[in-house]
Amino acid sequence: MTESHQGWPLYEVFIRARAGLDHKHVGSIHAADPAMAVEHARDVYTRRGEGVSIWVVPAAAITASDPDEAGALFEPARDKVYRHPTFYDIPDQIETL
Amino acid sequence: MANDPRFDYALHLADNALVLAQRLGAWVGHAPELEEDLGLANLALDLLGQARLCYAYAAEIEGRGRTEDDFAYFRDEDEFRNCLLCEQPNGDFGHTIARHFYFSAYQQALYTALAAGPDARFAEIAAQGLRETRYHVRYSANWLVRLGDGTAESHARAQAAVDTLWPYVHELFESAAVDRAASAFAPAPESLRSAFERTLEATLAEATLRMPSDDWQPRGGKDGRHSEHLSYLLAEMQSLARAHPGARW
Repeated sequence: MTESHQGWPLYEVFIRARAGLDHKHVGSIHAADPAMAVEHARDVYTRRGEGVSIWVVPAAAITASDPDEAGALFEPARDKVYRHPTFYDIPDQIETL
Repeated sequence: MANDPRFDYALHLADNALVLAQRLGAWVGHAPELEEDLGLANLALDLLGQARLCYAYAAEIEGRGRTEDDFAYFRDEDEFRNCLLCEQPNGDFGHTIARHFYFSAYQQALYTALAAGPDARFAEIAAQGLRETRYHVRYSANWLVRLGDGTAESHARAQAAVDTLWPYVHELFESAAVDRAASAFAPAPESLRSAFERTLEATLAEATLRMPSDDWQPRGGKDGRHSEHLSYLLAEMQSLARAHPGARW
């Protein structure tokens, strides 16, 4: 599933849209090695001036959480509203928070 | 003024870019990988953009109301001033890469000189094109190295490709009438050869490919004498516009 018909492995692509922003996941491409992956990412995902920087990561190097464990992992945070910073009074003068 | 040397030179630059763009466009849907499909289409669109700028400049110089489309679709084969290299068939992927490497390494040297030249419009077009051309050299050189320094099969095919297309390289660096008339604002083709050869030798060495040997040196493209391949290419490219003149999307 993660190899193209030529046997090229899959890379996940992260693009930084502007200096100062973070790299965001935009999709994936196939390539023979990391250098080719950067070129393919450039050709596929930055054709319309979307980025100033590219990261590529072998998809096989990503360890993902197990969807079946989503309950155990994420449910406990649901009822802990006190962890959200919503109990502070914000002075009126502050506009950009 | 149709006998303005800038007019013929603008058409020459435009025809090189348009014919090669048309060749590359034929890969769309057929490239070895989806990613290369897009990569080759990007190269084609870069060249098409350069061709349009040059046709628009030619139209301005001429001042008779002709448009980019008139130049692209309503001139015949003997009016095209592109080099023979650009019209050579796609062959296998290795041939397309070798052709593109030869052409973009030449174009990089040419645009570098034109960008510093005295004609403001050519300088502007060349400076803009240079940003694209540098990527074209990088793309095609990287692939040449991968193929040449790859498997026995890919090495043999890459060597065959650089050998087959080498004869057409000489014309790029020979002055034809269009170049001699343009000597006031464009570099002499001969002067571009050393920069080209530096790029070539470094890339072939890394690709473990041997320099092709000089044999026959066909020429004539810049004078409108083309190989048979161009007529087929133009027939396909021009048939729609000629069957439906003035049609718009």
